Amino acid sequence: MVGMEYLLLLLGAIFCAYRAIVSKKILSSTIYLACISALVSAVLYLLGAPQVAVMELSVGAGLVTVLLVYAVSVVGEDALDPASVIPKPLAFVVVGLVAAFLGWMIYPSIQIAPETGPVDLASVLWQSRVLDVWIQIVLIFSGVMGVLGLLSERMPEGSKETHS
Amino acid sequence: MSLTPLNIVLFGIVALFGVGFYGLLITRNLIKFVMVLQILIKGVVLALVFAGKLSGNLGLGQSTAATVIVADTIVAVVGLALAVQVRRRFGTLDVPKISTLRG
Repeated sequence: MVGMEYLLLLLGAIFCAYRAIVSKKILSSTIYLACISALVSAVLYLLGAPQVAVMELSVGAGLVTVLLVYAVSVVGEDALDPASVIPKPLAFVVVGLVAAFLGWMIYPSIQIAPETGPVDLASVLWQSRVLDVWIQIVLIFSGVMGVLGLLSERMPEGSKETHS
Repeated sequence: MSLTPLNIVLFGIVALFGVGFYGLLITRNLIKFVMVLQILIKGVVLALVFAGKLSGNLGLGQSTAATVIVADTIVAVVGLALAVQVRRRFGTLDVPKISTLRG
């Protein structure tokens, strides 16, 4: 059957996404999140976007997973996820309606147009989307500041130590 | 509705987005919140590349997806840094509890 690989990869990603949300342990959720990244990057590769697939794999399954594991090791597995504020059946119905509406809006527009622009990522990024590159540089700088906040051991002034 | 690769990818995008949205509604833990945002963004990255392929301008789709991946990573880093600091200050990661605390 044509498209079986897409079906398997995406069903795996959706299953992992669901398990990541309902899993009681944050560490298990982190592993499931890395699996989603790997599966989504495979789909991106099949769609003809190898550069983005590599970025997604290295950043999503690598960097973010390491950061999450580090954060969990700092704060501890504190918690089983408590009951949600919104009743789960209500959330399920709302999400089902939104997803159905989204699919209904997008589905009629699905048809492939002939190739018009350059496929190469580098030529698009360095010629017509230079502003994006500058924005990415600024974002990476903010990310470095965020990592410093993550690694900072100093307690805020006036607060008491609340964990052992 | 036939089961072509395009329809399957569309179904995957909507389903990933739906699961992420569901998680956003039911999650109370700050670290899990960051994870749920990651799931949502993965659906968005897939949608951007898919839209680039459909419109015949895959390079544009890829470049916007790359920008979104970078922004998403920074959101995760800053969100986790905030979560760690909140845990140190308030002793909990439960969002409703944090919003009722003073200090």
